[in-house]
Amino acid sequence: MSEFDIEKIGLKVGLEIHQQLDTHKKLFCNCKPVENTEFTGKFTRKLRAAKSELGKIDPAALFESSKSKTMVYYENQNSCCLVEKDDEPPHDLETKAKETALLISSALDSKIFSEIHVMRKTVIDGSNTSGFQRTMLVAQGGSIVVDEKQVGVQSICLEEDAAKLIKDEDGHRFFSLDRLGVPLVEIALEPVTGSPAFVRKIALSLGRLLRVTKKVARGIGTIRQDVNVSIDGGGVVEIKGVQQLEQLEKIIEYEAKRQYGLKLISKKINSLIKENIDGDNDIFEISNLLEQCNSEIIKQSLQNKNVIKAIRVKNLAGVFGFEPFPGIRLGKEIGQLVRFFGIGGIFHSDELPNYGIESKEIQYVRKNLELEKDDAFLIITGKEPAIDHAINSIIKRIKDAKNGPIAETRAATPKNETVFLRPRPGASRMYPETDIPTIKISDNELENAKLMIPKSWDESISQIQNKYKINEQLSEQIFDSEYFDLFEKICGSKKSSPSFVASVLCSTITNLQRNSFDASLLKDNEILDTFDLLNDNKISKESIEIIFKQIMSGDAVSVSEAIQNASIKSLTEEELNKILDVIIQDHLDEIKRDGMHSIRSLMGLAMKQVRGQASGNLVNNLLSEKIKKL
Amino acid sequence: MADLKGYKGKSLDFLNENDIGIGDSVKIIADLAYTGILMPRYETSEDSHIVLKLKSGYNIGIELEEIEKIEKISSSEKTVVKENTKQTNPDLPKVLLLSTGGTIASTVDYRTGAVTPALTASDLNDAVPEIANIANVDAQVLFSEYSENLQPEHWIETAKKLKDLVDSDYKGIVIAHGTDTMHYSSAFLSFALSGFPIPVVLVGSQRSSDRPSSDAAVNLLAAIRFVVKIKTKGVFIVMHHNDTDDTVACHLGTRVRKNHTSKRSAFETIGNNPAFVINNDKIMNNLEKEFFTKKEFEPKLKIDTKVALVKYHPGYDPKQIENLIESGYKAIIFEGTGLGHVGKTMYNSIKKANESGLFLGMTSQCIDGRVRMTVYESGRDLMDLGIIPLNDIIPEVALVKTMWALGISENIDDVKKLMLENIASEFTE
Repeated sequence: MSEFDIEKIGLKVGLEIHQQLDTHKKLFCNCKPVENTEFTGKFTRKLRAAKSELGKIDPAALFESSKSKTMVYYENQNSCCLVEKDDEPPHDLETKAKETALLISSALDSKIFSEIHVMRKTVIDGSNTSGFQRTMLVAQGGSIVVDEKQVGVQSICLEEDAAKLIKDEDGHRFFSLDRLGVPLVEIALEPVTGSPAFVRKIALSLGRLLRVTKKVARGIGTIRQDVNVSIDGGGVVEIKGVQQLEQLEKIIEYEAKRQYGLKLISKKINSLIKENIDGDNDIFEISNLLEQCNSEIIKQSLQNKNVIKAIRVKNLAGVFGFEPFPGIRLGKEIGQLVRFFGIGGIFHSDELPNYGIESKEIQYVRKNLELEKDDAFLIITGKEPAIDHAINSIIKRIKDAKNGPIAETRAATPKNETVFLRPRPGASRMYPETDIPTIKISDNELENAKLMIPKSWDESISQIQNKYKINEQLSEQIFDSEYFDLFEKICGSKKSSPSFVASVLCSTITNLQRNSFDASLLKDNEILDTFDLLNDNKISKESIEIIFKQIMSGDAVSVSEAIQNASIKSLTEEELNKILDVIIQDHLDEIKRDGMHSIRSLMGLAMKQVRGQASGNLVNNLLSEKIKKL
Repeated sequence: MADLKGYKGKSLDFLNENDIGIGDSVKIIADLAYTGILMPRYETSEDSHIVLKLKSGYNIGIELEEIEKIEKISSSEKTVVKENTKQTNPDLPKVLLLSTGGTIASTVDYRTGAVTPALTASDLNDAVPEIANIANVDAQVLFSEYSENLQPEHWIETAKKLKDLVDSDYKGIVIAHGTDTMHYSSAFLSFALSGFPIPVVLVGSQRSSDRPSSDAAVNLLAAIRFVVKIKTKGVFIVMHHNDTDDTVACHLGTRVRKNHTSKRSAFETIGNNPAFVINNDKIMNNLEKEFFTKKEFEPKLKIDTKVALVKYHPGYDPKQIENLIESGYKAIIFEGTGLGHVGKTMYNSIKKANESGLFLGMTSQCIDGRVRMTVYESGRDLMDLGIIPLNDIIPEVALVKTMWALGISENIDDVKKLMLENIASEFTE
């Protein structure tokens, strides 16, 4: 196993934060930015790559296009009009979103352009019905101070959020259109050297700067981080879809190790061959060689009338299976790459014999491909033309491997690893949005944005401390959490204790989440309902966690169902009185002896019977009244 | 001198002074430093900014006043366009693709910043390589105009072009056309080329072909499939059928209308199902009878545009009818209310028009349904005043047909006869 010191590989990390804005309208139409899970209609479309303004086709777009998938879109009239369906030109830019983008730019001391051009960023994976995302560069430059270090701002863009992917199968991609067009601010920071922990701190600080504006959306999925990671001598890898800050450090560590591993692999390749890899004349059709093969994948493939091809790779025996760090292999990179062409069946010579492919078949293949001892090969099965696209990209990937880690776009996985998504898009994916004239920013608007710069984080926290009489730590926790708006709403009724509400929202839910309960199932209105019931003494404090557990596990879809499932019932005062009276009658001697002191043991007995059905406070009050009356 | 499309006034002077042209890579020092490519500017924009495309691909406007220094890094690269060597498959049928412009052939226009027709028919052919598997397509550019700029002269020119192809070996002719006035053009071709021996299809798109979601490719492919597979003579319009990308409708060229400003499925056959529905390789036929009444090809390529289309509405000033008479108009097509009425206030002027020898035809602003002028008294009065009810012809089609009929004969009785004859399925029977 190779040595790895993250401090010594020239790690550079640039953060890109996507924050939804809190507006009543979408960026270019009047639809409400609301989430929908039910749909009133669907339609299907195909997308094809179009040339850029400079007459070029973007590599990422071409890659997606080569997969030629059919897109199925689900719509709900609440959140979708003809603009989302790409059946009507965009309306005027939403003013509130523009103001917020200017405000955020001012807060980051970024230089705002006086003339903004709306662009179409080509995205033909289907996440935009139009095949592009509308985006505009609002400002450049500026900085944010983190740990007394200045972190530069590269750019601030205002753009549309994409449609939500529901599922992806058999050449079809299914999307819901509710999120499409929701205003989003994208802030890209200059890459920094430093530990993953520092990067996480930057993300936290930037997130906080956004939250104090109170003009950004809160809640799950409203902020997403992308990270650009590179090491010395390698291309920049863009990692999409880091949902939580907790993930960020781990993903950067994984990616740094992967890239360093690829660097070691490239060293190995360079030690084996001097000349460039050409790859022409190295592709062989071998379907007939494997007719007797026992491999399930090969058998299945032949049954489905797929073709089987082999790629000859001279002098690189041992390279595909070489594993400088656990799980980091060129073979795995290639496996991920071909999966995007819908191809699952690929084997390389370093891992064979295995998977039912036996020595004698390997001998056939080696002989047929005229291989020497040091030569490697890959076997791949699939349908034409996907298999040919895949083979072209494999050969390109092997050539690139000679130069170390390459620039590409990857996705974060739930296991905190990264997986190949597509090649990195270039400038040719930008096209002017011809449906919208240029947008002028007046001096007046700039002045207003400056005046609106919100208070600092510290000031905001001390304001929360004063308003709700809660300590600094809890104030920070609740202000950082996704539930801050909800917290203010619940506490607004003045019936609940802010510190209790804050601890439920911060600790109870987080703890359940750590135990693999799904917080996204717990909706704001269910939390509100639960606190309403508590305030009306219909449930006890203890029941809250039980109700949340029911909902977050998917066992219940509403608070009332959760209560029913967990057989939480709250006692009426009459019922409670009856129970307490029995306890008092049974312990009269003790009460006479100890007076008010007996309340402690009586409380214990009572709560054993009524836990979750009546609040401790109420029981305590009733008991002490009853004892006094005796 | 450098090409500085769209720049004027201060910004034009500034760029000339610094010897910078569109497409040049430049470095600009303002309060920040920028490098990028100078882009053209929309003519309607003011003159205090220049447009730069940054490395990221974003365009931004930089104010001249803020620029401290501008420096040319390199001149614009002349991109060499690779000529696609067209492969023809002798087994496939031949189709002619004529381009007249419109959204289907649009790309960005630096004069207005909006899209403008610029792609040639052969670009379109290149952009949709699947065509090569269906037919050998010859592409020719006829005009490059948005359809609102197409005039009756353009109809005549198009018809002449087609007439000359009557003995060609083309299996069909596809005309790329802007959608706004597509049904006027299709109506004219239907009358002027009655009996034309091969199918003629007008095709357009509602989303420009410079965007990945364009409906241009789907519509064009369907149009070519249609002319290759179907032997029916006629003039048709082929456009998206509904929201979904896989079905395309083929409408009779005289019974179709654009009924939505922006949707892909804007075109609808009035009062009936589309003549054909094309779903990839499958073509469903709803056609009940031949498109042309006469079998023989009888080209009549003349036109007289002294025809007015008058939409009657409450408060309509009858004086306007008299103005038309005075201006030498030879016919008026009314878009009347309901079953084909106009208010009493109009009677005197209509009488004058009739006496002046104008052809007066009645259609309905209801769009769908027939006019029936015998039901109410006012209808009978109007017929007495010389108005001819024109059954269920679509008002715009009636207008085009009258222009065409007047081109053939000035004699009002001939015109009346032609107007009531079903020539190209303009009346539903």
